[in-house]
Amino acid sequence: MRNRRALALAALLASAVVLVGCARDTGTTPPAAGGDAAAGECARNPAPAAAGGAAATAVPALPNADASALKVGLAYDIGGRGDGSFNDAAAAGLEKTIAELGVVKENTKELAAAVNESEDAAATRLRQLVAEGYNPIVAVGFKYATALGTVAAESPDVRFAIVDDSTVEAPNVTPLIFAEEQGSFLVGAAAALKTQACSVGFIGGVEQPLIQKFQAGFEQGAKAVAPEIQIDSTYLSPAGDFSGFNDAAKGQVVATGQFDGGADVVYHAAGASGQGVFQAAKAAGKSAIGVDSDQYNVPAYADVKDVILTSMLKRVDVAVFDYVNAVAAGDTSTLPEIFDLSVDGVGYAVSGGKVDDIATDLDAYKAAIISGQITVDTEPTS
Amino acid sequence: MKRIRSVLLPPALAIVFAALLCAVALVISGDSPLTALGAMITQVGEGTTAVDIINSGAIYYVAALAVAIGFQMKLFNIGIEGQFRLAACVAAIVGGALVLPPVIHTIVIILVAAAVGALWAGIAALLKAYRGVSEVISTIMLNFIATGLIAFLIRRDTFGLLQGNNISTAPIPESGRFPGISFGSSGTIFGMVFVAALLGVGYWYMLGRTRFGFELRASGESPTAATAGGVDARRMVIIALLLSGAVAGLVGIPELVGRDFAYTLTSPQGYGFTGIAVALLGRNHPVGIALGALLWAFLDKSALALDNVGVPREIVLIMQGSVVLSVVVAYEIVRRYELAAEQRRVSAQLRAVPVPEQQEVRS
Repeated sequence: MRNRRALALAALLASAVVLVGCARDTGTTPPAAGGDAAAGECARNPAPAAAGGAAATAVPALPNADASALKVGLAYDIGGRGDGSFNDAAAAGLEKTIAELGVVKENTKELAAAVNESEDAAATRLRQLVAEGYNPIVAVGFKYATALGTVAAESPDVRFAIVDDSTVEAPNVTPLIFAEEQGSFLVGAAAALKTQACSVGFIGGVEQPLIQKFQAGFEQGAKAVAPEIQIDSTYLSPAGDFSGFNDAAKGQVVATGQFDGGADVVYHAAGASGQGVFQAAKAAGKSAIGVDSDQYNVPAYADVKDVILTSMLKRVDVAVFDYVNAVAAGDTSTLPEIFDLSVDGVGYAVSGGKVDDIATDLDAYKAAIISGQITVDTEPTS
Repeated sequence: MKRIRSVLLPPALAIVFAALLCAVALVISGDSPLTALGAMITQVGEGTTAVDIINSGAIYYVAALAVAIGFQMKLFNIGIEGQFRLAACVAAIVGGALVLPPVIHTIVIILVAAAVGALWAGIAALLKAYRGVSEVISTIMLNFIATGLIAFLIRRDTFGLLQGNNISTAPIPESGRFPGISFGSSGTIFGMVFVAALLGVGYWYMLGRTRFGFELRASGESPTAATAGGVDARRMVIIALLLSGAVAGLVGIPELVGRDFAYTLTSPQGYGFTGIAVALLGRNHPVGIALGALLWAFLDKSALALDNVGVPREIVLIMQGSVVLSVVVAYEIVRRYELAAEQRRVSAQLRAVPVPEQQEVRS
C-alpha cells in the first residue's frame, strides 16, 4: 500500500517536473534575432522587396453586360444560403448580378443540397433548373461534379458553371476554381505579424484536399514571416464526414484548446463551425481569422466581430458575377482559368481596420506571389 | 380476413395519421398540403425520379433486410452504416485494383463487400458472444472507427486519387461494372435491384423454411427456451450478426457497380439509419420492408420537387419520422384490441363452465 502511494507520489512529482520543463522550454525560445522587443520572441523576416511592377496589376474588369434576359439558377452546397461563408458568397454574387447587370429577381432560382444526399439527388436538382428554363446554371461546390457531367451532356444548350471543380470536361461547363492557398498565405503572414506569443493555430472543417490547401497556404505564409513560429493545425472531422463544417460546438472546443496551448491567432476554414472559433477567441480575449466571406461584416457574427482580425476572402461572389456577366456578353473565354491573387479572386479583408498597420507587408507578399517570386504549396508539408 | 386486417390496417392508419400531421404542419406554416402533395406526385414523372425511387428503394431494402436479420434475434445492429461504408470503400479499392474477366470481376467485388461487412459486424459479434458487450454500443462505436478508417484508406498516400478537389479510389474498370436496364433519358435501373429482390426471397426462405431460421426466431423470442431446446445461443448471436453484416456490406454496392464506379469523399451516407426506420416500418417482413423502402424512397426523391413550389423540404422529414412512430404505435393498438377481442371470445365460449379468466399469450 505504502509502496503504491510512494509510486503515485513519484509519478506526480515526475509529471510536475515535466510540466515545469515544458514551461521553461517554451519560455526559453531563442530571442528574436532583430531584438524587436515589441514583437516578443518571434524572429520575423522582412517582407519581400516589391518586384518591379508586379504589384496591383488588377485585370481590367469587363464592362457590365446586359443580363436582363437571363434566367440564372444556383444550386448550393449543403447549408445553402445563410452559412455565413461559402454559399453566402455565391448568393452575394447572384445579388450583385441583380443589382448591376439587370438580372430580374423573379428570373433567379436557388436550391440547396441536403446532408448526405445521393448523387441522383444532385442530378435531379440540376435537371429541375434546366427543366424550368434556367440558363446559365451555377453549381456551388465540387460535390456536383459527377452529377453536372451527366446533366451537362443531356442539355448541351444550357450553360453551366461549377465552383471548386475543374474535372468536368464539357464545352458548356465553365470551371470556377480558386487559389485558396494564396489567400491563406496572406492571412498566415498576417497572423504571424500579429501574434504576440509566436504561436498561431489553424482549424480545418474536414480533412480533405480542398481544406488542406487553406492549411498549406496558411502555414507557409506564417513561416515566411516567422520561421520559428509554432503552428497548431487541427481538423474537426476526418475526410468523408462533413459534420466538421457545421459543428460550432466542436469548433469552439478545439479553438479553446489551441488558445490554451498558447496560440493567440487562430485561422478557421470550417464553414459554420467558425462561429464557435470566434466565440472561443472572444472568451479567451484573443484573435481569429475568418474565411470565404468578409466575416467581420456578416450579420450573424456581429457580436464577435471585434475578435476577427481579417478574413481570407475567396471571392465566389466575384466568380459568380463575372461568370454571369461573361455569359451575358456571350463569351466565357474571358474568365480567368483560376481565380487567384492576380485577379483578386482571393485576398484578405480589411474591414475593422485591424490589419491596416501591416498592410504594406501583406501587399509586398501579395506582389511577390503574383510575380511568381513566391510559389505557394497546395499540400501541407507535414 | 381478420389476418389481412391485422396486417394491413396498422400501416394504413399510420400513413394516414402521418400525412394528417404533415398537413397540419403545412397549414400552420402557411402552405397548402394539396400543392405539396401534387408537386411530389408529379415529380415522379419528371426526369429520372421514377427510376431513382426504384434504385434507392432497393438500397433501402437491402439495408432494412440487414437490420431485420438482427431484429429477428432481438439484436439491434446500429452498425449497418459503418459496415456498408467500409465495405463499399474496400470493395471499390479491390475492384479498382484487380484485372479480371467481366462477371467474375463483379462477383468478386460483391463478395469482398459482403466479407468486409461481415468482418466489421463480426467484431461486435465476438464482443457480444464472449464478453457480453451490448451490440448497440459496440456497433455505434464501430461506426466512428469505420469513418476514420475510410478517411485513412482514401488518403492520397494510401489508395486515394485526387480528382479536382475530391478524392476518389481508382475507378472500377468496365469489367467490374454491373449493367442495368436503361430507360434512356429516364435513367437506368441498377442490375443490383434484382439482386436485392433475390436477397428478400432468400430472407423469407431462410426465416420461414429452414431450421436455422426457426432457431434464429426461437432465440429471439426466448433465449432460455431456445437453449433448453438445444440451440447454442452464443453461436446464434455470432451467426446472426455476421449475416446481418454481410447483407449490410451489400448496401453500397448498387451505386458502386451501377453508377459511381469509385468510392469518393462525397459517396452517400446514412443508408444504415434509413434501414433501421424501414425495417421498423415493414415489421421485419420481406414484403412489408419492400413497401416501406419504396415509400421512403418516394418521400426522399419527390421531396426535391417541394423546393419548386416553395414548400420547405423538411416537411418530408416530419412525414418520415411520424410514419415510423405511428406504425409502431398503431401495431401496438391493433395488437391490444385483438387481444381483448380474443379474450372476450374465449371467455364467452367458456361461460358455460365457470373458470378463472385465462390470460392468453399471443405471439
